[in-house]
Amino acid sequence: MLGSSKIERFLIEIGDLAFFTKRFFKEVLSRPFEFKELLRQCYNVGNRSMLLVGVTAFIIGLVITLQTRPTLQEFGAESWMPSMVSISIIREIGPVIIALTFAGRIASGIGAELGSMRVTEQIDAMEVSGTNPFKYLVVTRIFATTLMLPILVIIGDAIALYGSYIIENIKGDISFRLYFNKALNALAFSDIVPATLKTFFFGFAIGLVGCFKGYNCEKGTVGVGIAANSAVVFASMLLFILDFIAVFITDIFFEI
Amino acid sequence: MKTQKQHISKSHDVKASLPILKIENLKKTFGQNEVLKGFNLELYEGENLVIMGKSGSGKSVMIKCLIGLMEADSGYIEIMGHDLMALNRAELDELRTEVGFLFQGSALYDSMTVRENLEFPLRRHKHKFGIVDETTPLVEEALENVGLLDAINLMPAELSGGMKRRIALARTLILKPKIILYDEPTSGLDPITSKEIIELMRNIQKQYKTSSLIITHDVDCARVVAERMILLVDGINYAEGTFNDLAASKDKKIKAFFKQ
Repeated sequence: MLGSSKIERFLIEIGDLAFFTKRFFKEVLSRPFEFKELLRQCYNVGNRSMLLVGVTAFIIGLVITLQTRPTLQEFGAESWMPSMVSISIIREIGPVIIALTFAGRIASGIGAELGSMRVTEQIDAMEVSGTNPFKYLVVTRIFATTLMLPILVIIGDAIALYGSYIIENIKGDISFRLYFNKALNALAFSDIVPATLKTFFFGFAIGLVGCFKGYNCEKGTVGVGIAANSAVVFASMLLFILDFIAVFITDIFFEI
Repeated sequence: MKTQKQHISKSHDVKASLPILKIENLKKTFGQNEVLKGFNLELYEGENLVIMGKSGSGKSVMIKCLIGLMEADSGYIEIMGHDLMALNRAELDELRTEVGFLFQGSALYDSMTVRENLEFPLRRHKHKFGIVDETTPLVEEALENVGLLDAINLMPAELSGGMKRRIALARTLILKPKIILYDEPTSGLDPITSKEIIELMRNIQKQYKTSSLIITHDVDCARVVAERMILLVDGINYAEGTFNDLAASKDKKIKAFFKQ
């Protein structure tokens, strides 16, 4: 019985999330548009995540190169290092790891912020002052995460490649120009475009889940913690599902 | 078994005019819990009407249905001649400029300064005052009315509970509403600050000639501001009258409200 009620709650939540998504698409197309708030949210979301994304990406670049180098060395294939690293980072590791970092930072932040606004009646106060809080709080945040994550991923990928170059330069004495020539020459259209496109969906999912959990927060201050926590868990899970779908579709069209 | 409206006093002068706000047979249920079982109310122009009820008696649910924050299961709500349930989103937003709401916890926007908090309701409704851009005079006027002009650039976290309530009141006033709904205006405040807020409410009513619907369980607040009172018990208006009429009642349930 306990199991069935959990499944029931899960299915109800999926249904509610579907209605929330439908409302987003309805509100995003209707006037008035909150451009000023959208810009503020883009700055907040991008600025708040930049340092974390940069450090994470740099370390990923260092670690991948350090761990892969001995194996490639065994086969005398160190010269393949830049192309191997660039393909793995651009195609998969960069978007997924950066999106997960972003989800941890932003989905929980949005969940906690909107959750706290809900329990302290700030969202109700917006509603009674004649402002549509869904449009002002939710639409702007989802739009901001959708736009900012691809930019962060592009910057993060570049930083990860730079980290990889530093290790290669120390261990193998390769020049900056040669490293990046090899790294970029290994990339094809089918590596860059699908990988970048999927980050828009990742960003949308992170914003959507954070807003959904926060906007529908209940049970007072305890509920705020639950909203923040479940936003990260749900968003991370959704990212992997979306990633699988994206890779599956890419495989059909580009035969990766 | 007491019948509904057992203690009604019909002597109040303001009833000569048409009600500015009317609720008929309002019902609201949460799961198995029937919170409102046919609540009725009429608020007249310039009147201070106090609703008293125990915690969980449905006061806050009623006031949220009244402003459209919650949907009632059935019943009729009329505000300034408009059937609330028949309004679309834009019409409801327009009507809300005529109805101010003071929240129990003040509900100031944490991420905005006091100035931005007060400017927020004006974003969509500047046309009401013929303003294109400059909102400072309206903000300053509203803050002056609550005696907190100096706090204009502070953040809500820097304000005391009483100051927050005053700023929230200023934000409510900025659209110059005809009706103000107060949800527990003195809850969580010390007696001195409560008296200040009550005094402020009276001054505002005199200055702006607003009609006020005040939800409270603070007897002192009710004594000072109520021109008429409704006691909400078990989801219905159990008794109605002036403060003195109700305070003198021998009914056990009514007496329970005035034992403090």
